[in-house]
Amino acid sequence: MVKAKEKRIITGKFTPGSGIKAALAGKPEEVVQEVIDSGLRGKGGAGFPAGLKWRFAANEKSDMKTIICNADEGEPGTFKDKYLLDNHPMKVLEGMAIAGYAIGADKGIIYLRGEYAYMLPSLEKNIEDIKKNVFSKLKVGKKKFEFDIKVRLGAGAYVCGEEFALIESLNGNRGEPRNKPPFPIQKGYLEKPTLVNNVETFATVSHIIEKGALWFGKFGTKSSKGTKLFSISGDVKYPGVYEFELGVKLRDVLELVGAENTKSVQVGGFSGINVTESSFDKTLAHGDLPAGGSIIVFNKDRDMLKVLKNILEFFEEESCGQCTPCREGAYQLLKGIKMIEKGEKSIRYYKDLCDLCATMKDSAKCGLGLSIPSPFLSITNNFKDEILYR
Amino acid sequence: MECRDGNLVSFVEGTVEKYGKGRENLLPVLREVNEEFGFVSGAAFIEISRVMDISIGEIHGVASFYSFINEEDRGKYVIRLCKTISCDMAGKEKIEKTFERELGIKFGESTKDGLFALDYANCMGLCDKAPAMLVNSQLYDSLTPESVLDIISECRRKI
Ligand SMILES: Cc1cc2nc3c(=O)[nH]c(=O)nc-3n(C[C@H](O)[C@H](O)[C@H](O)COP(=O)(O)O)c2cc1C
Ligand code: SF4
Ligand code: FES
Repeated sequence: MVKAKEKRIITGKFTPGSGIKAALAGKPEEVVQEVIDSGLRGKGGAGFPAGLKWRFAANEKSDMKTIICNADEGEPGTFKDKYLLDNHPMKVLEGMAIAGYAIGADKGIIYLRGEYAYMLPSLEKNIEDIKKNVFSKLKVGKKKFEFDIKVRLGAGAYVCGEEFALIESLNGNRGEPRNKPPFPIQKGYLEKPTLVNNVETFATVSHIIEKGALWFGKFGTKSSKGTKLFSISGDVKYPGVYEFELGVKLRDVLELVGAENTKSVQVGGFSGINVTESSFDKTLAHGDLPAGGSIIVFNKDRDMLKVLKNILEFFEEESCGQCTPCREGAYQLLKGIKMIEKGEKSIRYYKDLCDLCATMKDSAKCGLGLSIPSPFLSITNNFKDEILYR
Repeated sequence: MECRDGNLVSFVEGTVEKYGKGRENLLPVLREVNEEFGFVSGAAFIEISRVMDISIGEIHGVASFYSFINEEDRGKYVIRLCKTISCDMAGKEKIEKTFERELGIKFGESTKDGLFALDYANCMGLCDKAPAMLVNSQLYDSLTPESVLDIISECRRKI
């Protein structure tokens, strides 16, 4: 296990410039292949294989392509992208340039959540620095290597982290998710092919290209290679950002961060699931517990109905309201839980709410609406007595 | 309200010049106007519409989507206290009460002198240093009732 105290933050030392130099030493296809071979999965929540997405993007023919770094980080309990941008911005910028070279894009945009506006001056300075001290000294064949990056600020809307909404927002529209296809890879920023990856994905890429896919594969498990940053908060002694190899047991994580008297853990943020003691030996890895990066710990004094209400209030407010299952669903679930709190509703009513969850899972338009049932069902299942018969 | 029109016109023109007239620059322009004047006024909508050649209705549609774009003058300092779970568990309620008692208003309201507005916001990425809040675009973490009093005094001093 990568010990938290070592704070390797994506697995150790990195020499600035070494990733992009290694990339330019090979062909773009080779860079894409290296990312595919590494088994890297996107770190923004959905876990889509990064290399595959890069290949699709590389195959698009267009006079303009854009790299977007998704720094909207709105999932409650997540602050690892903030940590990276505060402490390792160069790795992130370099990763974006590597992606640019790999797919044939010469521009990048960081979509930075409005809450992180304080970073703007330092990020812009870092961008100037990397352009001047690293990029301008590199060549692709006989041509100078060029990659430009700008920062765009969000303005307080969680849903804008969803990649379709993010692109709508960048295009100057309401940040509402839209129907797919076309995917951003085909039609994104200014209607041109666009590659969207998470901050941590880009930072990790810098290391992979520097040290190689084989090196990366030494960490983690067969289906979840490498390491991952976790943001840990709630009832723990040592909250903060930790790097763990994928496949780490939740129990080991809890011990390390000083979680005591733990009642339950929200894994993967509000969009993830709630687990209790009986699942603490499960692992954080693809196919097991969601390795989204947010871990919120509740101790035995916490009222899980209050926790669930807080979660549903969040979704009810952040739903963009575009589709009925999500807009109405979030509202009804919240109303339902409030009525159950007051003892006004019977267990039969709870069954209706579960049916509503099934509908939402089937028909919501984007990941926001699709994931609301997950905390609702896992918390009410884990704490039936506490919640339904209070 | 003092008349800022000349100021507003040149600010909008300057900002649009900096970013460009393309539709993709609408949110950055709205953000800067919001930051400069504290909100996007009706007059500002008219100016942005004229300079960027986008209908006022369209601009309203975009502005109203984003919770950080104020469409009315809420106050010089808009306080947004995080009410999401990690902050809630770390003592948000005490912070809430401190604000309400010190300013004599409830959340959702503004002080009569136009100085403060109290609002809630969702998780702002400071859950490991909860409770947290934004004052305009400035983040504050590890809040205690005492630090809140200091922050309020400092805002009052700055006017
Ligand atoms: C409601 C919602 C919010 C999201 N917020 C973020 C976010 O803040 N940051 C992020 O990287 N991905 C977020 N995503 C996932 C993105 O849609 C997208 O999958 C991701 O940026 C792709 O990057 P990756 O493959 O490197 O993970 C969100 C998805 C949904 C449905
Ligand atoms: S699921 Fe919710 S957030 Fe997503 S498009 Fe529908 S209403 Fe909007
Ligand atoms: S819960 Fe308040 S900052 Fe994350």
